[in-house]
Amino acid sequence: MSRTLYDLIGLAAGIAFILALKGLSHPKTARKGNLIGAFGAGLATVVVFFYASPSVSGKAESSLPLNNLGWILGAIAVGLIIGVPAARRVQMTQMPQLVALFNGVGGGAAALVAIVEYLNLGLEATTAQVVFTVFTVIVGCVSFSGSIITFMKLQELMTTRPVIFPAGRFVIAATLLSVIGVGGWVVSALGTTPLLILAALSLLFGVLFVLPVGGADVPIVISLLNAFTGLTVAASGYVLDSVLLIIAGTLVGASGTILTRLMADAMGRSLFGTLFGAFTAKQQDSSGVADDRPVRSGSPDDVAILLNYARRVVIVPGFGLAVAQAQHTVRELADLMISKGIDVAYGIHPVAGRMPGHMNVLLAEANVPYDQLVEMDEVNPTFGQTDVAIVIGANDVVNPAAKTTPGCPIYGMPILEVSNAANIIFLKRSMRPGFAGIENELLYDPKTMLLFGDAKSSLTKVVSALKAL
Amino acid sequence: MDAMAILSIFVLSVFVGFEVVSKVSSTLHTPLMSGANAIHGVILVGAIIVADHSETNLELGLSLAAIVLATINMVGGFVVTDRMLEMFKGQKK
Repeated sequence: MSRTLYDLIGLAAGIAFILALKGLSHPKTARKGNLIGAFGAGLATVVVFFYASPSVSGKAESSLPLNNLGWILGAIAVGLIIGVPAARRVQMTQMPQLVALFNGVGGGAAALVAIVEYLNLGLEATTAQVVFTVFTVIVGCVSFSGSIITFMKLQELMTTRPVIFPAGRFVIAATLLSVIGVGGWVVSALGTTPLLILAALSLLFGVLFVLPVGGADVPIVISLLNAFTGLTVAASGYVLDSVLLIIAGTLVGASGTILTRLMADAMGRSLFGTLFGAFTAKQQDSSGVADDRPVRSGSPDDVAILLNYARRVVIVPGFGLAVAQAQHTVRELADLMISKGIDVAYGIHPVAGRMPGHMNVLLAEANVPYDQLVEMDEVNPTFGQTDVAIVIGANDVVNPAAKTTPGCPIYGMPILEVSNAANIIFLKRSMRPGFAGIENELLYDPKTMLLFGDAKSSLTKVVSALKAL
Repeated sequence: MDAMAILSIFVLSVFVGFEVVSKVSSTLHTPLMSGANAIHGVILVGAIIVADHSETNLELGLSLAAIVLATINMVGGFVVTDRMLEMFKGQKK
């Protein structure tokens, strides 16, 4: 295959990626957009087997079939065997951490590609190539280890609270400085050892960078690391002389940056505060309120009676609903209330669940009609006319601390103002605070009733009690 | 390729990237992030190129690891995005 044809097909794949991102931005075209992207990526992968790309170092001979063809196909097969079942079987509740993991392995792949190309180039590398290699190794490794930490936080393999250690900010700053210093060393001195030290330090920096981030900010960090990985792919494109990688990587880097900002806006977070939280974070005062204040807990029958006499009910679903797999039961309850003439809506916080839009995906899975899902800005003014707000497995997204307590991790995040409703029902497993780890004052409000237990079994009991009335 | 051409491609791609996602509803943030995530899995192409050029066992081993990781990123990413979007479609008959 000629270089021209190869480059033209690469350009076609690049256009496919642009159309994919464009399609993914609109609900109607989103699925098609994703398929176009997959087509572009598949095309680019197939074509690379039919073009003997000249080795940048000029050492390896370039001829078809590719050298190490069997190994390459075998490695792709291994990747398929791991990746496809993981993507198909993952529960929708665990999807954010899977995305984090996929992003991390992408960053790791980019860093490895840069290291191999560097080893291959040896002393013949130009300064520009080395600079881009250093960039890719640093950012790819940060993305890899950072994503692993976000994965562990989301999977709750480790604490979801910000991890802050004494003098943490100095350790982080020192690590960052040494990463930059060693990067300069690689550029000036060349050599494999400095590069490996650089990779190790960058991995460490990725861990330190993400550890102080609180649970609520994790989605923003995933999105940012996603943009980072995009940029590393663009930088590898420069070293490997591949226009396609430059286009694809830059697109993801740019759109990822915008998306990160949009997400931060939706959560009312300052991007700067999230990113440099590591340098400014203070030890949180975790004492706060006394936990032994009385709460009012009720039975499923109490809840059913309250609902039966309501005219308008707003359901506020949270991640706990999804964990309990109660999406279908909550829909049953909503349908029952509607059949009794009650006005029912779901109040969806932009970041309900673990990522922006996650709750829409989870409720869509249970076939909840789209028009019953009301976004935060529309539902908030209606809480004054709402008789009952049912908060199911949600906590942070209704926590008034976001408005009243400066300095708490979710301060400034817009919330669903359920406190304006006449009655509030919380379905909770326990008094444990939400993902962000903050006490919720609303639980102690006199008009709040708590129904403890697994969301699914609680809802089932409420449904049968309501049917009996 | 000369530096100026590469810089032009880079800058124009930045603008296109900004432009295509500038207005997207929060409902689609998660699938969009996941889809963009799958797109950078195209580093697989780079991984295959370096595997082709590998001369030592170390280089080959590292590039094969890169191929495995990049394949997981690309294929897994597109599959999981499709699963998410499939659910959106079902409800709007």
